[in-house]
Amino acid sequence: MRRWRIATLLLGVLIWAPLIWTPAAGAVEPSEILKDQALETRARDISKGLRCVVCQNQSIDESDAQLARDLRVLVRDRLLAGDSDQGVVDYIQSRYGDYVLLRPPVKATTVVLWAGPVLFALIGIFGIALYFRRQKKLQVSGADKDRRP
Amino acid sequence: MIKRLLFLTPILVLGVLAIYFTLGLQRDSKILPSVLINTPVPEFSLAAIEGAEQGFSSLDLKGKVTLVNIFGSWCYACLAEHPFLMQLTKNKVLPIYGIDWREQDRTSGPRWLKRRGNPYVLVGDDPKSRGAIAFGVTGAPESFIVDKAGIIRYKHIGVINEANWNQTLFPIVQKLRQK
Repeated sequence: MRRWRIATLLLGVLIWAPLIWTPAAGAVEPSEILKDQALETRARDISKGLRCVVCQNQSIDESDAQLARDLRVLVRDRLLAGDSDQGVVDYIQSRYGDYVLLRPPVKATTVVLWAGPVLFALIGIFGIALYFRRQKKLQVSGADKDRRP
Repeated sequence: MIKRLLFLTPILVLGVLAIYFTLGLQRDSKILPSVLINTPVPEFSLAAIEGAEQGFSSLDLKGKVTLVNIFGSWCYACLAEHPFLMQLTKNKVLPIYGIDWREQDRTSGPRWLKRRGNPYVLVGDDPKSRGAIAFGVTGAPESFIVDKAGIIRYKHIGVINEANWNQTLFPIVQKLRQK
């Protein structure tokens, strides 16, 4: 019985392992990958947050566009030169603008974007609440009327 | 009366949004507003193309009003733009600097310029997009008007021709010269 359990466990590991351990296949080419594993991980994380300015709805990590490739290499070169993650992002953002960030920053010009949905949801909830309260009041007053002949 | 207004609100909001979105759809999403306007040219330094002695760096852009043009021999629109740039140089309108972007090999850019003429004071070879990224370029051709202090004043996306030069670009150049 026990042996079976171990066997199933092993089989499970064998089936799932490749799915977990294979790095997500982006557009990163083998020649681009840094030898330093920690730096490479940082580079991948940064790349995932940067928009490919040619294809626009992909990150540079996923895009096969040549400019995206050059940006990936630039990200790695700057990391190798000792830049912080934020430093690399700032460098590219200062040239391409907020647009290059897949997650727009919260600031004066984007506050509508971030607060808008919450605001509209609140207005909606408020409206519905108002409606039901009035409905209830009407029912109550209606019932009162019925009781008094 | 107030109640009726309340009912109209969603329709009004929808109307405003519809106008806003219609305008938004008409904007070409490929044209990104540049954040570099009115900021100094980012530092860059590009090697010379084959056959030339001097490369092109951000330091070359000081002391005069200049035009920086990103091109490549692979770029068809650049081919269309090229004769007009030649004309500008022939008439000594202003110094034009070139960034030869992403050539397949080191000879294709120089060959292209040799065959068609070289309108540029200096050309930088940019195989790894370092110059293009410095200017926040997304495609070719793109051009920038840089003032005497080395500050980017205007970005033009696409082909420069007689019409947009006379209408938009040249007036900006003249205004910057007077400063």
